[in-house]
Amino acid sequence: MTGAIAEVVGVRVEAPGGALLDHVDLTVLPGEVLGVVGESGSGKTTLALALLGETPPGTRATAGRVTVAGTPMLHVTPAERRQHLGRIVAYVPQDPVLALNPAMRVGRQVAEVARAHHDRRDETIDTRAMRALRRAELPGDPSFLRRWPHQISGGQQQRVTLAQAVVNEPRLLVLDEPTTGLDVITQADLLAQLRRLRDEAGCGILYVTHDIAAVAGIADRLAVLYAGRVVEEGPTSTLLSQPRHPYTAALIDAVPDPRRARGSAGLPGVVPPVGARPSGCSFAPRCGLVERLCLDAPPPPAHVGTQHRVACLNSERTGSVVVSAPTVRRVSTPSPRTSPSPANTLLVVEDLHAVHRTRRRQVVAAAGISFSLDRDECVALLGASGSGKSTIARCIVGLHRPTAGTVRLGGTILGRSVRHRRRDQRRRIQLVPQNPADTLDPSRTVGEQVARPARILRRRSARQAVAEAVELLDQVRLPTAVAARRPGELSGGERQRVALARALAARPEVLVCDEITSALDVSVQAVVLDLLADLRTELGLAMVFISHDLGVVASVADRVAVLADGRVCETGPTREVLESPRTPVARQLVHAAPRLPYRDVADATSVS
Amino acid sequence: MPRDPLLTAGPGRHHPFLMLCIRRSLAGIAATCAVSLLVFVGTDLLPGDAADVILTRSASSGGGTPEQLAALRAELGLDVPWPQRYLGWIGGLLQGDLGSSLVSGRSVTDVIGSRLGNTLVLAGTATVLLVPVAVGLGLWSGIRQGRPGDRVVSGVAVAAQALPEFVAATLLIAVFALIAGLLPAVSLVPPGTSPLARPEILVLPVLSLLSVMAGQSIRMVRARTSEVVRADFVRVARLHGIPERRVVWRYVVPNALGPALQLLAGSISWLVGGIVVVEQVFAYPGISHELVQAIISRDVPVVQALAFAMAVCTLAIYTLADLLVVALVPKLRTGG
Repeated sequence: MTGAIAEVVGVRVEAPGGALLDHVDLTVLPGEVLGVVGESGSGKTTLALALLGETPPGTRATAGRVTVAGTPMLHVTPAERRQHLGRIVAYVPQDPVLALNPAMRVGRQVAEVARAHHDRRDETIDTRAMRALRRAELPGDPSFLRRWPHQISGGQQQRVTLAQAVVNEPRLLVLDEPTTGLDVITQADLLAQLRRLRDEAGCGILYVTHDIAAVAGIADRLAVLYAGRVVEEGPTSTLLSQPRHPYTAALIDAVPDPRRARGSAGLPGVVPPVGARPSGCSFAPRCGLVERLCLDAPPPPAHVGTQHRVACLNSERTGSVVVSAPTVRRVSTPSPRTSPSPANTLLVVEDLHAVHRTRRRQVVAAAGISFSLDRDECVALLGASGSGKSTIARCIVGLHRPTAGTVRLGGTILGRSVRHRRRDQRRRIQLVPQNPADTLDPSRTVGEQVARPARILRRRSARQAVAEAVELLDQVRLPTAVAARRPGELSGGERQRVALARALAARPEVLVCDEITSALDVSVQAVVLDLLADLRTELGLAMVFISHDLGVVASVADRVAVLADGRVCETGPTREVLESPRTPVARQLVHAAPRLPYRDVADATSVS
Repeated sequence: MPRDPLLTAGPGRHHPFLMLCIRRSLAGIAATCAVSLLVFVGTDLLPGDAADVILTRSASSGGGTPEQLAALRAELGLDVPWPQRYLGWIGGLLQGDLGSSLVSGRSVTDVIGSRLGNTLVLAGTATVLLVPVAVGLGLWSGIRQGRPGDRVVSGVAVAAQALPEFVAATLLIAVFALIAGLLPAVSLVPPGTSPLARPEILVLPVLSLLSVMAGQSIRMVRARTSEVVRADFVRVARLHGIPERRVVWRYVVPNALGPALQLLAGSISWLVGGIVVVEQVFAYPGISHELVQAIISRDVPVVQALAFAMAVCTLAIYTLADLLVVALVPKLRTGG
């Protein structure tokens, strides 16, 4: 295509076991946002890096070419490539906390990127840095410039990485999951800002993400990546309203929608790992429309409309059949509850006060939080980051000492700290932490760790506990082989399910889930939510579900408590709160939540 | 420690580093007091006391009679209960009076003064050389992780670390003194002169100490550096096209240096014990000879003074390193 700012033609990136990317063709036009959507393992990060001329360690680009603004990026010397990086193509990393140099002041971090491509005596470096900061909507006053990365908020850190990327006015911005870990409000701000940036700077944007809902609001076109190939590509509106690849359809269906307490559909299975990919269509093992022909060779991409390409032999049938395909299951919509009934109450949090201390200051995390949880009920605590959600969760499980207030389980007041709780009390409340990587022992196998709660809290014999662990891993849809692996060998989604299995090993009555889906792909997220719904009916589990994602909350919670400044500012049945929020805080959250704009059209056919 | 209410409000808020320095110094003083007690009690618990030793030595067989023993104890002040003796010792310490040797009767300050000076010269020289060598080579090989330069440095470091200091010292003597004849095999210092007057006698002892300490230190600095090299912000800096040299100096080094220094403090405090062996091998007139003699003869005041001096050195090294780390790491310095 002429006039393209970035072209990826027939790119193949090979690892020793097989191809990470294969036959990838993409273009980005000036002023355009191309969203690249895929699950973990789809090769989306490899693609993002390929646009920067980089391949992951141990891999090689064996075919194809990548050009940005007419400059080849692959197969050039490191010195040449360095000249282009940050100047014609710039990168916005995933996690700003890790991506900023902790030993460099914020202003310097931006200027440093300008300096990399200008003479060091060039007086424009500072003006460029200031302009970039302004574009990223950051304050340019000296007191801000002199701050260290840890002294600014998460949203500001993200903006600093954005300012670094635009400081040399590149032609193409490559964004790698820029909103992961941001709460909905910060995310909405960032997306709005990206739109303005694109309009102002006129650069092309390649936006790589697993969050279709987030990218839908900004992308002009979408490309869906699966097992290293582009399976569908087209204008955002077309692709979302009439997906032609079963995978796209399933992916869209997996996105929970905050405005409707409707279940999302899980997409079981995972992207086949490199080296274990089928010779035919990679999606065939998970596809409801699979035919014999699909297994022979990867289907070639074919045009099915203006700018709309799809690599599926059955693309005409996709729209009508996929929703009822046998592999796709619907999570039952939670039944609306009217009010908690005292007789059935399991957990009561009463007037909880807690502070979160950092070295310099005290942050009030809870200032009189009260709520109750019935048996087999799910209450969601909803709030932006910093609203005290995690601290409350930690108080409930006894990992954080509240300054006042009580947590009662089945009528008994629990000790403030786990150390003051009896073994059985500990067993009955289990936490699934936000970041499972931090709570899994890297040196022990998954099997040992999942077996541990059964041994310690339920006094099972080692052999029995291991047998149960295997069963639990199966229950959270992990292959048995995972038991022998160590956490480092697993993906984020797998680790999250291990953490879930570990919590379940204690046979708890209350499961406290702290942002457990925030790092997951939509399809895995739907599977996890699906799983939680099953577990709730099977085991009669009650849940405190902490999240800032309204879509997720809508699909799991019976009741919602909206938190702000350590207080419950609104509470009520999920549907009621999400459809007609009464307080400004709740309204802001509901408003900021990303959703698929074209869903209403798609739903007309699938809701029955 | 971060729970200090002083820091949540009040003047300390705006000078977290100053507050930290003050707090660390206070903690250091508290630790010194605790150490003094431990040293005192520890030496007091040694089986037998100076009275035993003196009488055993003077009487040809079987030691003195209980009466003689009691008389000597009273004379030496050993019959007073230990808390009282401890307070007396502390009081003297504060006035710079370390008591007098039970064996020779000379003041402890006299006995160990010049020797302590000699040891400090040796330890100081080793430290001054160690820091740049360990930091430099550690950073250098950490950045080159897996490349030939790193393999050589790491290999030599492991070998050096594995070698006990007396073997290293003996080897050095064999090569430089006996075979090449370049340097003296023993490092005698005439009383009343400084070892710095004849720097050549310091070369082999310092090298022996370095060979052991540097191996470990280089490896620790290297480990920390290679961690930083793999950090996201270094990868992202490269993706911004920041030149490699700049990446190393502005991104890797500042983040590796702080923690590296803290690790170095561990090596340097090892000197306190390790130096004894090296001094013995080279017959260097440092504290080790006195220390060993004093322990054998139960010369408690001398042992106490030396043990206390060593403990204070260790504490000082760690406190200094901690403060340096805080000064070098913005997040710690600003109290975030």
